[in-house]
Amino acid sequence: MDKLLSMRDAIQEWVPDGASVALGLQLEQMIPFAAGHEIIRQKKRGITLIGPISDILFDQLIGAGCVKQVMAAWVGNVMMGSAYSFRRAVEQDGMKVFNLTNLTLLLALEAGAMGVPFLPTRTALGSDVAKGNHFFCAIFSPFEGKEPLWAVRALNPDVTIVHVQRADREGNAHCWGNFGVMLEGVRAAKRVIVVAEEVVEPEVVASDPNRTVIPGFLVNAVVESPFGAHPSPVQGYYKRDDAFFRQYHEQTRTKSDSDAWLRRWVYDVADRRAYLNQLGVCRVERLGVKQHAYAAPADYGY
Amino acid sequence: MFELGSFGSAGQTRRLSSTSSIAMCQSPTLSAETVSRYTLGELMVASAAREIGDGEVVFVGMRLPLIAFVVAKKTHAPNAVGLFENGVIRTTPAPELIYTMADPPNILGATECLDMKGVMSLLHSGRVDLGFLGAAEVDRFGNLNSTEVRGPQGLTRLPGSGGACDIASLAHRFVVLLEHAKQRLPERVSFLTSPGNGDGHDWRKRVGLPRGGPAAVITTKAVLRFGEDGEAYLASVHPGVDGEEVTANTGWKLRVSENLVSTPAPGAAELQAIRAYDKEGFWTK
Repeated sequence: MDKLLSMRDAIQEWVPDGASVALGLQLEQMIPFAAGHEIIRQKKRGITLIGPISDILFDQLIGAGCVKQVMAAWVGNVMMGSAYSFRRAVEQDGMKVFNLTNLTLLLALEAGAMGVPFLPTRTALGSDVAKGNHFFCAIFSPFEGKEPLWAVRALNPDVTIVHVQRADREGNAHCWGNFGVMLEGVRAAKRVIVVAEEVVEPEVVASDPNRTVIPGFLVNAVVESPFGAHPSPVQGYYKRDDAFFRQYHEQTRTKSDSDAWLRRWVYDVADRRAYLNQLGVCRVERLGVKQHAYAAPADYGY
Repeated sequence: MFELGSFGSAGQTRRLSSTSSIAMCQSPTLSAETVSRYTLGELMVASAAREIGDGEVVFVGMRLPLIAFVVAKKTHAPNAVGLFENGVIRTTPAPELIYTMADPPNILGATECLDMKGVMSLLHSGRVDLGFLGAAEVDRFGNLNSTEVRGPQGLTRLPGSGGACDIASLAHRFVVLLEHAKQRLPERVSFLTSPGNGDGHDWRKRVGLPRGGPAAVITTKAVLRFGEDGEAYLASVHPGVDGEEVTANTGWKLRVSENLVSTPAPGAAELQAIRAYDKEGFWTK
């Protein structure tokens, strides 16, 4: 089944107001900025954001007023520190944050993926992150030892959005680089949007099943979006635009600065092509791969 | 650029050299004068690097520790293994400077590159020796806050745990890097994000943590370590800093080691490794 959609149609169809949306699951790599910006342009409201860490995309969605609450381990700008819209939303507007840790978010998604109500862990025993947090319940091991554990509640996002290198039109997706919690986030989700640098023929994906991280039958929409993860990196396609993260930090200190940033980079650009035009040919070329490093071919023959 | 001192002036404090694993040899490429000048960032990175034993498995973390791991690999700990929570395992340093653990140079040539579960399961089962952490606040018992601070100006929301709570809970020991200021070193953290020694000896065992605890807090003025009772003490002061300056800028009555020494300055090999990597001094200037 051909699931190829434009970004506009994919977000319109699969990300309703009030949805819980998991994104940025590969940590600092392959963050689906193009999808996030389309959510902002379509003025989605009441969104619950889910992700381990967020390298400024959460901050942008929060600054744009899309977000009701956040379930995350870390929200900020990894290279620079704080993210100002997130801070303003929590400090001034009382936005709800479910404090998780990377491992407990992973377990919540894994429990969701497995269809069990919780998974146990020893992390965060004695930590305040668990206080008044419905993701945590104190239990004791039912087996010998009876040691104390946290039960971490299962989490099933309404939509998980991932950015990958290539996918076919059914959504079978290849990804390389680091996965973070993407595999769990995809399997826990009720719906999945795959954003790919390139849409390729099914034979390309089928040629290397070990690199297939998402089976197409779990996918609802496929979007082709070259440079769709900028300013985060995509291995083999473009590097991280470090200056962009630095500039974002400097250009979003106040609410009006943040609004101006969103106008310039999101509202006033119609789509990713316009965004890239604004970024400029020079910058785009500078971020591109300078030295290819292909893996040795794997022989699946028999 | 901070000028923190030189090999020639140990100041009021005695110099630690016998326990240092770093050879203070002259580098073939850095002159004695170059080596005598170093930044605070370089001193902290070198100090962090020395916490890594050869052959140890290290959860590397963000910011300065990214370089500390590289420096350790290139100097005294060539067999250290680095784990990154995005799923990367490295037995070689990344070929060029990285700002985040997921930067493409940290993927290229990695030993393994899979998912968070792969590395977090190793952490959970006790196969990680050391983890590095940052925080907004560290208290008397080495508990960390990176979630929120409630003060006279109201609430300050911080980014959150990330993997810090997991590393503090589950690694065999952890090391913190911190700006030394009174408000960053309160008697008790206002929010306990990542568990240190709780309220003292035996606390970790009581709450069910399987192992671990803080080994050192490397600040911009000093290095704190922890006694049997779980409480921090001043173990070394950085060159040019005196002990009173440290205790006056700490939020509780900080105990001082009877063997207070000067934090060893970065050696030539360490400085060379730092400068070859962080060429523009983004992390270390």
